[in-house]
Amino acid sequence: MHIAVEFQQVSRHFGGVRAVDEVSVQIMDGEFFSMLGPSGSGKTTCLRLIAGFEQASAGAIFIHGVSAQGLPPYRRDVNTVFQDYALFPHMNILDNVAYGLKVKGIGQAERYRQAEAALDMVALGGFGARKPGQMSGGQRQRVALARALVNQPRVLLLDEPLGALDLKLREQMQSELKALQKQLGITFIYVTHDQGEALSMSDRVAVFNQGKIEQIDTPKMLYSQPKTVFVADFVGTANVIRGALAEQITGAAQAFAVRPEQIRLGASTSEPQINGQVADIHYLGASSRLALQVSSGERVWVTLANDSAVIPAIGSALTVHWPKHSMVLLNETAS
Amino acid sequence: MRFNPTDANAPRAPWWLTTLAIGGIFFLHFPIIMVALYAFNTEESAFSFPLQGFTFRWFIAASERSDLLEAVWLSIKIALIATVSALVLGTMAAAALYRRNFFGKEAITLVLILPIALPGIVTGIALLSAFRLADIETGFWTIAIGHATFCVVVIYNNVVARLRRSAYSLIEASMDLGADGWQTFRYVLLPQLATSLLAGAVLAFALSFDEIIVTTFTAGQQQTLPIWLLNQLGRPRDVPVTNVVALGIMLLTTLPILLAWRLTQGTEDTAGASK
Amino acid sequence: MSSPTQFPNQWMPLRRLSDLFWRQPKLLLLVLLLPPLAWFGIVYLGSLLALLWQSFYTFDDFTMAVTQQLTLANYQALFDAANYDVVLRTFVMACAVTLASAILGFPIAYYMARYAKGWQKGAMYVAVMLPMWASYIVKAYAWTVILAKGGVVYWFYNQLGLSSVIDALLALPSIGGNSLSTSNLGRFTVFTYIWLPFMILPIQASIERIPANLIQASADLGATPRQTFSTVILPLAFPGVVAGSIFTFSLTLGDYIIPQLIGPSGLYIGTMVYTMQGSIGNIPLAAAFTVVPVLIIALYLTIARRLGAFDAL
Repeated sequence: MHIAVEFQQVSRHFGGVRAVDEVSVQIMDGEFFSMLGPSGSGKTTCLRLIAGFEQASAGAIFIHGVSAQGLPPYRRDVNTVFQDYALFPHMNILDNVAYGLKVKGIGQAERYRQAEAALDMVALGGFGARKPGQMSGGQRQRVALARALVNQPRVLLLDEPLGALDLKLREQMQSELKALQKQLGITFIYVTHDQGEALSMSDRVAVFNQGKIEQIDTPKMLYSQPKTVFVADFVGTANVIRGALAEQITGAAQAFAVRPEQIRLGASTSEPQINGQVADIHYLGASSRLALQVSSGERVWVTLANDSAVIPAIGSALTVHWPKHSMVLLNETAS
Repeated sequence: MRFNPTDANAPRAPWWLTTLAIGGIFFLHFPIIMVALYAFNTEESAFSFPLQGFTFRWFIAASERSDLLEAVWLSIKIALIATVSALVLGTMAAAALYRRNFFGKEAITLVLILPIALPGIVTGIALLSAFRLADIETGFWTIAIGHATFCVVVIYNNVVARLRRSAYSLIEASMDLGADGWQTFRYVLLPQLATSLLAGAVLAFALSFDEIIVTTFTAGQQQTLPIWLLNQLGRPRDVPVTNVVALGIMLLTTLPILLAWRLTQGTEDTAGASK
Repeated sequence: MSSPTQFPNQWMPLRRLSDLFWRQPKLLLLVLLLPPLAWFGIVYLGSLLALLWQSFYTFDDFTMAVTQQLTLANYQALFDAANYDVVLRTFVMACAVTLASAILGFPIAYYMARYAKGWQKGAMYVAVMLPMWASYIVKAYAWTVILAKGGVVYWFYNQLGLSSVIDALLALPSIGGNSLSTSNLGRFTVFTYIWLPFMILPIQASIERIPANLIQASADLGATPRQTFSTVILPLAFPGVVAGSIFTFSLTLGDYIIPQLIGPSGLYIGTMVYTMQGSIGNIPLAAAFTVVPVLIIALYLTIARRLGAFDAL
């Protein structure tokens, strides 16, 4: 398999701030790769480094084996779908989509034909004469997609493309994007702060924190085998147990995580267990989430399916246990 | 949420405030009305009121005055040159300053505003004394240089306001889609700026066309239209023609502001708010 | 990206230049800034500095010639009784005009911002903008017509049988004179008229910026409309007043056309400078005189900045 985009020890500093701090990563050709992290974690800057909107302060970036050093955006075979869509307000939809072909010098008839085809692909055939201002958010999002794809990039960069859409539309677009990527077979690099989105769409996910990558893995591995405290905390919900309590349970002073849904009610002789008092119960529909106050001060979250067990009352004493194999040992930070 | 005056339950103004406001607006327009009326007055050498009669005669008389026509032509030429220079300089400054922060940026902005912030007399005599020091004879080009200097800020303000409001991602999107800097300027930036450039140009033209304080210092023997008018004031015999010219200048300076206002309507640029 | 293909309308030199500017954004900044900076640095700042420098030259009263001998005599001369009078006269007028503009302008701005609705709002904005941009010299001329003997103002008072009011006003010391157009009252009226829009717009903008919920909150907390006005609106609109006063003050201070056309004969800073450089040729003293309004305005701007007026501009 070929490498589509490679970062070698890439840093980007803004004044004294290290937005991206010695990041190394290889993104494979044809992969749906997500960059996940809170705002300010460096994921968007990484995307902008690939697009050419920023230049690396140190390190090297290769796009399909060619160094991106000194290459302006218009000389890179990548295209971007912007968070705010960035449709040109003074052009109609067709001209927006045909823009990339126009600046390459392709004749009007041919570029309109290709632009129409691209609009058909995102189910917006016949909308070409409208202005961006006359389209809904979801439609503008598709136009932005068509405008990027019409140039047949080998890598498509998506910067929180669904951030401005409401929940229903977002879920629909997620599956459409995934299907489109499969169909086209090109690399998608997808920036998001929504862990659910990243997990559901991606082949692999890189979790960013403070300019560094904490972990790169498949969604399944990220969830089941988080390597650091940050990843365990950021991807899904996890009980991260540290210090004395961790030592008491595992016999080592290393932090560990256990998912709330892995925890069972009742005592166990063979599995790790904890005693506490029920401090709070959140009713979530299909399940309930229960906060267990441990005497050493920690709170442990337990998820219970509402159809099964009897939910304990607030204030009652409770013992819970979990299977040993569901415990994941964590590092405090990425090594 | 901002104060929304179209709110149906917005309070009604007390009568005295309405009276003051309408009275104030009337006060602002009264002299303009008077100038318009007197241009059609039949009386030849005084300003008595009520007016003596109605005539178009002075318009014809004015159109036959070659000194007047020369002054008009000079003013137009200078305003055009000043506007074009200011368009180039103001747009460049705006493009350089609107997004970046760097040491000295504040100082540069201040210098651009200085020609209209300082009393015109300071700019005027400074330019004059500099021209004298450099042994440059005052005349057409020295007027144009002075006018261009204070017109830059009008263009700058209009363009900066528009640039700040249009998303920078449009420029990035254009480059991302394969357009180089020049193509991005031509296909994306220029269409975005077009109306603000036109509004700025129209305002700069009006500003230059009407300028008198700096001009009296830099004009040498040349007579722009405002200077022609000022010189007329000592000549009671020419009162009717003066009235006609006054109306003409009034129209030439107010119509552009209406146009500029329309061009920036619906955007938050405030055309001319900083004359 | 294998091999960058060249297409017809990507003219190579321009694209090369574009590459260069992308790699060196500071170079682009420099190229953009150089022409305006050169223009302003050489033409404008150069002139101002040259003027300042010349204010230290010596003017010989007998030969009427300027020599390059440096002296502080010109600045000393500013404190001569006659010259000091000129500065004081201009300063007092600028203060009076600023005060009058604020008093006249506030109700108009307040109405525009709070009560004008829909099309009225746009119309009022244009109605203030139009006289502001209408030719300065024509507006000044219009007032010589209006205030002339036998003109519309005299006619109006005569019609009402109040011509004695004008005579009484003109008989007053310091603001009076032989006729309206040669009195300080007339000059003050014209100054106030011409700079009034410059006061209205910043006030209007600052009142417009007051969030509606602030006014509702004040009413909700039990303030009467009068209390809301004096405790919420007025303090928030004040920076607008200061911003407007920068214009009215500075423009009056530097004007020299209106004092020539309307009012009594005493010189103003502007007319003084004009006379000094023109018929007498005493550029050094004229230069020293221009430093006065610049200093006063610089001081004023410093105070205005403290009062938050720059946010209201």
